[in-house]
Amino acid sequence: MAAMQQESAVRTSNATRVLIYLLLLLFAFFYLLPLFVMGVNSVKPLSEITGGNMMALPEMWTLEPWRKAWSEAQVGVQATGLKPYFWNSIKMVVPAVFISTILGALNGYVLTKWRFRGDTILFGLMLFACFIPFQIVLIPMARMLGIFGLAGTTWGLVLVHVVYGIGFTTLYFRNYYAAFPTELVRAAQIDGAGFFQIFWRIMLPSSGPIIVVSVIWQFTNIWNDFLFGASFADFSSQPMTVALNNLVQSSTGVKEYNVHFAGAILAALPTLLVYVVAGRFFVRGLMAGSVKG
Amino acid sequence: MAAPVDADFRTRLQVWLPKLVLSPSLAMALVFVYGFILFTVYLSFTDSRILPSFGWVGFENYFKLFRLRHWEIAVTNMGVFAVLYMVICTAIGLALAIFFDQKIRGEGILRPIYLYPMALSFIVTGTAWKWMLDPGIGLENTMHALGWESFAFDWIKNRNFAIYTVVLAAVWQTSGFVMAMFLAGLRGIDNEILKAAQIDGASNWNLYRRIIIPQLRPAFLSAFVILAHLAIKTYDLVIALTGGGPGRATELPATFMYSYTFTRNQMGIGAASATIMLMTIAAIMIPYLYSELRERK
Repeated sequence: MAAMQQESAVRTSNATRVLIYLLLLLFAFFYLLPLFVMGVNSVKPLSEITGGNMMALPEMWTLEPWRKAWSEAQVGVQATGLKPYFWNSIKMVVPAVFISTILGALNGYVLTKWRFRGDTILFGLMLFACFIPFQIVLIPMARMLGIFGLAGTTWGLVLVHVVYGIGFTTLYFRNYYAAFPTELVRAAQIDGAGFFQIFWRIMLPSSGPIIVVSVIWQFTNIWNDFLFGASFADFSSQPMTVALNNLVQSSTGVKEYNVHFAGAILAALPTLLVYVVAGRFFVRGLMAGSVKG
Repeated sequence: MAAPVDADFRTRLQVWLPKLVLSPSLAMALVFVYGFILFTVYLSFTDSRILPSFGWVGFENYFKLFRLRHWEIAVTNMGVFAVLYMVICTAIGLALAIFFDQKIRGEGILRPIYLYPMALSFIVTGTAWKWMLDPGIGLENTMHALGWESFAFDWIKNRNFAIYTVVLAAVWQTSGFVMAMFLAGLRGIDNEILKAAQIDGASNWNLYRRIIIPQLRPAFLSAFVILAHLAIKTYDLVIALTGGGPGRATELPATFMYSYTFTRNQMGIGAASATIMLMTIAAIMIPYLYSELRERK
């Protein structure tokens, strides 16, 4: 996407172009539909949903479902709303993103500027970890967290997300630093700068774009995680995704679809916000490091 | 006297420091990834039930696993789901990328619309589609409200069709991302070759079939690898959308593993199913990573 501006030389007739625009709009409709449905139905009273048209705008606008989803709805056993779980997610995501990004930056720096025999194999080992089906680690991880007293805690989840996120952050920083002139590092070394000094003074100040990539990627992945949250968390640490699922699947009482939709938007809001605000920088940062290295 | 020793220590530290800095991450990978894999593979050869236990039973769990109707359903569903998901995502992604490549106005507005689903949690996607496809309140109900009384769409409640609703929601979530991968590939193609072919009188159809699409091989490969590994790992979406049902109609290996290990107390069988999932992904990922890392030299 580095050459997003470069246009294809292929020319098309006007009739084809009309057809293409129609298809593009049709797909835009397809992608926007769920967001629209969630949006309009989260501001309707329940009776308008059960008795009517899911696509229609509300006859009576109400923010009650949002209030209910946030602070009152029955999530699992307690009627706490999604609020506590939202904070659980924040408390888990922030340290996990921070730690995995720092470690990824250091690893990328070592793997490109302080190369040694076998470093590619070690990197390959770390990278493969990103792609394993996490079912393969659930059983021992549950045991391990129990042994260290981290079962059901936010710090346990932070540990899990750092461990399985490092592969990606290392990949990003390694590709980015590979394009960084090694001569600069060697020159600084000759001038007497040490390992950390070079990292701190030379590498980090020029790492802005790739830090953005790493942070967005990790934030989205960790916020959206369900499997680890469902397996290792309890009430005090359950993330938003698990709470949303409990809210929607709970079988007691009337199904409050409008509250479910409001809850779903609440769970989606942070990552959507990050995407809207920083999505452009994500693509740009990825390209700055050139994906292929 | 102390100065030379100190200097010597410092240079040696500088030599070791890079490896020292890398070692915590490496140790974590060795323990939490490779150690844990070995542990789970080992458990798959034991009589573990509610808790890990170490009575060796050989391949018995695997024999049991493959005799289970439940597992057979999960694997069949995975086959149907993976093939449709990958083919449809690739087709839509490629088509949209080619459309975008025709000097489209408003690309800056459309592209984010196609891509935003990727930022959402599968639980959110699942919730949205679960109610949209629900005959009682969703599409069917809406069509009835609009006056089309005979309209029926109950796939999500129908054992024979529920798996296709999982495909629909998964395609909705990832096809835009595949589009972006193909678009990056298209934008990297040399226009000079295309112009030369046009002068020779090649039609657009032939341009794409003979020149452009063959040059997208790397994009096809990346799309295949990413989609295949996402397909095998699909778990949250099914939980949120159908919960594996109706009956077992949308059960996948990931949901099978979870229920056998943690709710049915058959940890040995659960571990065996996880091992098979890992081997499937490894068969795709290891050759890919190997070739990618080797090329970089």
